[in-house]
Amino acid sequence: MAARKTTKKPNISKEELLEYYREMLLIRRFEEKAGQLYGMGLIGGFCHLYIGQEAVVVGLEAATEEGDKRVTSYRDHGHMLACGMDPKGVMAELTGREGGYSKGKGGSMHMFSREKHFYGGHGIVAAQVPIGAGLAFADKYLGNDRVTFTYFGDGAANQGQVAETYNMAQLWELPVVFVIENNQYAMGTSVQRATKSPDFWERGAAYGIAGEAVDGMDVLAVKAAGEKAIAHCRAGKGPYILEVVTYRYRGHSMSDPAKYRTREEVQKVREERDAIEHVRELLLTGKHASEDDLKEIDKEIKAIVNEAAEFSKESPEPALSELYTDIYADA
Amino acid sequence: MATQILMPALSPTMEEGTLAKWLVKEGDTVSSGDILAEIETDKATMEFEAVDEGIVGKIIVAEGTEGVKVNDPIAVLVEEGESADDIAAPAPAAAPAEAPVAEAPAAAPAAPVETVDAAAPDYPEGTAMKTQTVREALRDGMAEEMRRDDTVFLMGEEVAEYQGAYKVSQGLLDEFGAKRVIDTPITEHGFAGVGVGAAFGGLRPIVEFMTFNFAMQAMDHIINSAAKTLYMSGGQMGCPIVFRGPNGAAARVGAQHSQDFAAWYMQVPGLKVVMPYSAADAKGLMKTAIRDNNPVIFLENEILYGGSNDVPDLEDFTIPFGKARIWREGSDVTIVSFGIGMKYALEAADKLAEDGISAEVIDLRTLRPMDTASIIKSVQKTNRLVTVEEGWPQGSVGSYISSVVMQEAFDYLDAPVMTLTGKDVPMPYAANLEKLALITTEEVVEAAKQVTYR
Repeated sequence: MAARKTTKKPNISKEELLEYYREMLLIRRFEEKAGQLYGMGLIGGFCHLYIGQEAVVVGLEAATEEGDKRVTSYRDHGHMLACGMDPKGVMAELTGREGGYSKGKGGSMHMFSREKHFYGGHGIVAAQVPIGAGLAFADKYLGNDRVTFTYFGDGAANQGQVAETYNMAQLWELPVVFVIENNQYAMGTSVQRATKSPDFWERGAAYGIAGEAVDGMDVLAVKAAGEKAIAHCRAGKGPYILEVVTYRYRGHSMSDPAKYRTREEVQKVREERDAIEHVRELLLTGKHASEDDLKEIDKEIKAIVNEAAEFSKESPEPALSELYTDIYADA
Repeated sequence: MATQILMPALSPTMEEGTLAKWLVKEGDTVSSGDILAEIETDKATMEFEAVDEGIVGKIIVAEGTEGVKVNDPIAVLVEEGESADDIAAPAPAAAPAEAPVAEAPAAAPAAPVETVDAAAPDYPEGTAMKTQTVREALRDGMAEEMRRDDTVFLMGEEVAEYQGAYKVSQGLLDEFGAKRVIDTPITEHGFAGVGVGAAFGGLRPIVEFMTFNFAMQAMDHIINSAAKTLYMSGGQMGCPIVFRGPNGAAARVGAQHSQDFAAWYMQVPGLKVVMPYSAADAKGLMKTAIRDNNPVIFLENEILYGGSNDVPDLEDFTIPFGKARIWREGSDVTIVSFGIGMKYALEAADKLAEDGISAEVIDLRTLRPMDTASIIKSVQKTNRLVTVEEGWPQGSVGSYISSVVMQEAFDYLDAPVMTLTGKDVPMPYAANLEKLALITTEEVVEAAKQVTYR
């Protein structure tokens, strides 16, 4: 993976650094809790954790403005928390309860929030890519200057509909940022075993789409790249591709046998490149926070996550009558 | 020796056309590949090239002539020194290999069939009517809704500058501009997904598939993205979108372009499925489809596009989903169909009447929601049911109807329900085999006689 472009002496405020730290930590602790609840049988089915990739969504969300949209795959918990959705509603959806964002009818992979402009949560690999372009199409048609972030993985990048979407997005100059979260593994298949052209962002060149790769373990670098991409789109220059090079610490889903990579490989990334540790260091070395300050934040986050977990256990299962609701909207 | 130049068939379903313009005159020498004339079909204006070389001895059909039948002689080509009169009376052309004309009539009945709607009429009695083709009715339905709501737009292959592969979107680009009538690249999976995203984003897309055969590439977005999202989002994220285009067999286009998808789509909760037969229904249901807040599959039929019927001349004519239309009242047997199947059902009813069998003919018009109540009500009267469709037998629309009738009106049945379908084969190309694969009026007549024990 790309070497970290060391953030130039970060021209960034203490408040911002603390905010990123808090948000990344929330995602990590939330996902750890989800893993526990899964182990306890409170969460069923598929559950794809985002641990390791936190800097991607936190950095990009920091670059957005109100009204910008986002859409992603099934590995979506982090995106929802980063765009401000309520951890209680997300966790209760994981447990399949009435208090979940989809009233328990969507599950881990299918949550939405019109209020936060979060358009899912899509379970078919790469299906969200043309959908994201369609959201951008709507914004352009309606004449506002909003931008859509369309997230997908290195696995999805090999799907045919991604190529189809690149072509249309550039043809129609749609304000969409294609964010390729390259976490190195499509389920259990490494990038090297899936493609001979591993620099995914360069594929945009075939369609005339500008893009770049960025270190996805450095939240400040991600934010800077996101700002550049958004400016490109808002200026009416069409789509932009950001390949955010990151790493997934946990398995593809909870049932991952972890046979396709070594424990040492994972451990090395955790020790040397962890995105949260990076910000923690910046905070401490820049004297923006003390160890005690950070401990206090850890406590706050833990409380939020525990509250979400409690809510997700206490919220009742949906009423049986919900089986037959929400199939059709009122004509 | 002199040869006749015949009116060409320029599309699989063409039966006649307008000889718009001659580009050669008598006495001109032509060689193969030269453009002889412009011929206008109901779909497009096309150039007609010479196959042989020679001298244009005589122009038989003057330019501007409408309704020139396929294979009628339109000119005579002679060799040096010959006269056009060397061909005496225009002999009937050698049997053309193409276009089984008799098998692919413009399906809408030439003479308006007596229409009775027992339940409730779609428009007030005494409403002024105008004659329109299904094609025009569909176009008008879309245009009216586009005038009414700025968020409605049309996208698909060849919908704009080409004016529609089957001319359904003719004139829409001129009226609404390129922002709202959008030619897409050939990329069904991709543009179906873009349409779904646009619907999530607040627009009302009409996505045209050049034919529904190509929508199989887009099936994931139709089912997984469009149909299921409202449910998966607990009611938050609706998808108001219309997927439309011709469905089913045209004529002689082979297995990959001849499938009826009615039964497939009808199975999916979250979708609404419309399959009109008449021009009036095409228009009224199209307008309802565009206003509906759910994904609607609108299955048209190439052979029906050119058929004309009376369409109510109303400012805002809509037809609700889930309401069948009784085309013909009868007492001996109920024939239920939809889309092009109605052609066979109505023809069969005429023939049955000659034999003293009174058939009630019901057009479902929408398959989901389906007006099974009207079927049951009719069966309670006739005690016999025949269903007619073009699709395949296993898991057919008819087999669903049959199961509903068994469960809800078993005691009323005096004979087994007959579910007539296309044959259980991929559509063959050969004219005789294709004819055999399709459902026929005779089969409907036979089935009706069987269940009435005649």
